[in-house]
Amino acid sequence: MKVGVIVFPGSNCDRDMYHVLSDVFNLKAEFFWHEKSLPKNIDAVILPGGFSYGDRLRAGVIAANSPIISDVKKMAAHGIPILGVCNGFQILVESGLLPGVLLKNESLNFMCEWTNLIVKNNKTPFTNKLKLNQKIPIPIANGEGRYYVDKETLNQLKKNNQIVFSYENKVNGSVSQIAGVCNNDGNVVGMMPHPERAAEKEINQIDHKPSSLIFESLIETMGVKN
Amino acid sequence: MSFQEHEKLHIKQNIKRDLTKTELQVLAAEWSEHCSYKSSKKHLRMLPTTGPNVIVEKGYDSGVLDVGGGYVVTVHIESHNHPSAVEPFGGAATGVGGVIRDILSAGTRPIALFDGLRFGNIEDDVHARWLFKNAVAGIADYGNCLGIPTIGGEVEFDSCYKNYALVDVASVGFGKKSKLIKNHANIGDFVLLIGGSTGRDGVGGSQFASDALEGEDRSAVQIPDPFIEKLIIEAILEARDKKCINAMKDLGGGGLSCAISETAESLGIGIELDVENVHLRELDLSPDEIMISESQERMLVITSPKKFPKINQICKKFRIQCSMIGKVKKDKMMHVKKGKKTLALLPADFVARGPLIDRQKSIPKYLSNITSSPKKKIKKSPSNVLAQLLSSPNIASKHWVFRQYDHEVGIRTVVKPGFDSSVLRLDNGKSLSVKIDGNPKHCYLDPRHGAIGCFEEACRNVVCTGAKPIGMVDHLQFGNPEDPEIFWTFMESIEGITEYAKSMKIPCVGGKVSFYNETSDGPIKPTPLIGVLGLMEKSPLLPSPPIENDVIILLGETKDELGGSEYYEYVHNFIGGTVPKVDIPTSKKNMTSVLSLISKKLVKNVHDCSKGGLAVALSELCIFGNVGCNVNLKNVSDMSFEGSLFSESHSRYILVVKKKNIRSIKELLSKNKCSFSQIGIFSGDQIIFTSTTKPILKLRVDKAENLYLNSLERIIQNG
Repeated sequence: MKVGVIVFPGSNCDRDMYHVLSDVFNLKAEFFWHEKSLPKNIDAVILPGGFSYGDRLRAGVIAANSPIISDVKKMAAHGIPILGVCNGFQILVESGLLPGVLLKNESLNFMCEWTNLIVKNNKTPFTNKLKLNQKIPIPIANGEGRYYVDKETLNQLKKNNQIVFSYENKVNGSVSQIAGVCNNDGNVVGMMPHPERAAEKEINQIDHKPSSLIFESLIETMGVKN
Repeated sequence: MSFQEHEKLHIKQNIKRDLTKTELQVLAAEWSEHCSYKSSKKHLRMLPTTGPNVIVEKGYDSGVLDVGGGYVVTVHIESHNHPSAVEPFGGAATGVGGVIRDILSAGTRPIALFDGLRFGNIEDDVHARWLFKNAVAGIADYGNCLGIPTIGGEVEFDSCYKNYALVDVASVGFGKKSKLIKNHANIGDFVLLIGGSTGRDGVGGSQFASDALEGEDRSAVQIPDPFIEKLIIEAILEARDKKCINAMKDLGGGGLSCAISETAESLGIGIELDVENVHLRELDLSPDEIMISESQERMLVITSPKKFPKINQICKKFRIQCSMIGKVKKDKMMHVKKGKKTLALLPADFVARGPLIDRQKSIPKYLSNITSSPKKKIKKSPSNVLAQLLSSPNIASKHWVFRQYDHEVGIRTVVKPGFDSSVLRLDNGKSLSVKIDGNPKHCYLDPRHGAIGCFEEACRNVVCTGAKPIGMVDHLQFGNPEDPEIFWTFMESIEGITEYAKSMKIPCVGGKVSFYNETSDGPIKPTPLIGVLGLMEKSPLLPSPPIENDVIILLGETKDELGGSEYYEYVHNFIGGTVPKVDIPTSKKNMTSVLSLISKKLVKNVHDCSKGGLAVALSELCIFGNVGCNVNLKNVSDMSFEGSLFSESHSRYILVVKKKNIRSIKELLSKNKCSFSQIGIFSGDQIIFTSTTKPILKLRVDKAENLYLNSLERIIQNG
């Protein structure tokens, strides 16, 4: 079982994600530079946070055209679990793997603070060990984290159960307080908050267990598959 | 560009010919106050710089501390005041960039940023608000993009910074001791310039910073590009891992002139470089401009010809430019060429070691006009005074600021911003606590004790988390050093810092001096800033909120020291009085006692008592725990309520303790001969101070919270 962590120029949560996967959850993780291709034996892919290409043009839009994204798309089509966190989420929406866009926060400022997530879909590979409506204390850290879709798409997301996480409170002006969504098949998940910053007791003194369950869900998924 | 008489003489005596145009430019940059430290260098030698943790190597731009288990911590502090006063976003951002590259030069990864910001009075000065907002945005933009958490700092407003800004940035790095760059060079090694291209931005920046700010010379301000900086960090660290780097230096003030001459001087080598090989942003740049441009995101690397292809390949991977600009020579000369033509040929040590100056000093006249206390009594009730202090931009929560900084990235931040000191976890299982502190209000009235006070305050904050101070950095900011009165304040400050550092055995591992900080209304108040690093073997004391019936013990003596306090300055609008003085033996025993109380797990929370005095420190704890307190001032001191509530006496700590631990705590403190008093308990929903039996101050916690948490943002929203 191996998790690929993709590194773009400007990614900056790649090492944090790697640490949590390998040192906290004993998963085999491997970095893949954006110009490389993904080997077939990868069981899950994570696009970490950061400022790929310095957020130039628009957050995530240049990275969405990186060579490795075509491999990510192929894997997504094969049902392999794919998670995008923060900038990773922005890249997934820019590449068309997830619906919607991420706009500047309502405050127009970068926001780094702890917030509570509510689990809205616990059938994805990253949430199957969480309970529906379970609270997850977790930090956000972004400037462009306001999720937006038009009404029609929003209705569709609701109908298809594609809203994975919502914020407990109004945080940044996201439509329906959406914090994370998945594709129609449920195997591609994107979220703005950082689970890798909340899954260890030392750095999350509120409660690190709910965020840990995001990683344990992945272990469960990959275990079942193998 | 002009040289002083003694400098002209120095040139004449050493170089027995007329200097070329390029040589003049190189010397003007390198011998500026900013690069040469000509006024301060002699005096900086008094600071203690060695200690059990200190690692000294040639040519490091940052301090290196051994933290055990084969790991080191590096630290450096810099300011970017002139540029930030002109263009706050770019000035502050490039300030962050510069200090990070100093950390990188030692071969360590930057893991945290701290910033100390000072502006004019933001409540009624719209320009000060503009400077403040944009400096914060610039720091956020740069640090966040790099993925280096900004985890601490301080912000202060004082009308002495009107139309001006002090932007101090400190950075901490971490790495394996075995991977430190041991700066060295062999004859024939290649000299590389890696990173951003050289442009006209920042031409003459160090000279701009070595003079009073008169015009708004925007071309002397550098343009930030955090994305390039991020690529440089990753490329350099990869090159370090592949052992491609013999020596390295950041390009900062003085640009290539400074980096080349100082590298050659510190390694005892010569460097011959060709300006035609420098990659440019603007093709019509003259050789002289190339030599003194301070364009950002550039590193000077010395590598062997054998390793050159490898480092070139790494730079290609990250798509950053790598130019071979010169070679290492035996002759100890700095040789600048354009093709075959020699533009400058000077001994490297002659360039790097500018002639120093003995400045005159004299006691400032203003000090003799200082009165001891405000003449008029104010008609406000103590409760209203406390409410006013909690809303003061100097005291109110800086949440609006640190919310804009990514302070979690890197997943090391154990104690988050907003507490006494932030704490990072290290890979060797230990924790690092870092705090920077300044207090120009105290330093103006008494530069010596003010500076010692800043130092002790930074130590106290670190001690509150359970860490023992192991090193310090200082940043000394003053007006024009040619004025003997200003130079006196500089000397007082550095002597005070030296005295405290020596007594406490805390080595100075880095620092900077910034002179010529003048506004249209005159010099800034003396603003030394002290950063202290503390180490603890295990996890820190996590600040836990006080709850109903927790007991309050005040360690340390509250004295009649209201001079320069927020109470005098903000409430009374009065500058004067007796400034708090640190008593070194007391400072030592209180610090040691707090550390043993924490290690024995006898205290729930320890909070430093500083700006705003006991009243503010206790209010902060009440807000944190959402619980009231009841304190009898009779147990604090014999002074009037003003002194007990608002005096900013040093060496004081508020201990939040469970009832069952009171006895053991008192035993330990008595054994250590500390002055302490059980002053009250946490309870109810009001902050209450009583004098004998009568309550003299009552403030609801929710009201205090609203003022404390939202005041700064309210001011910002005024545009």
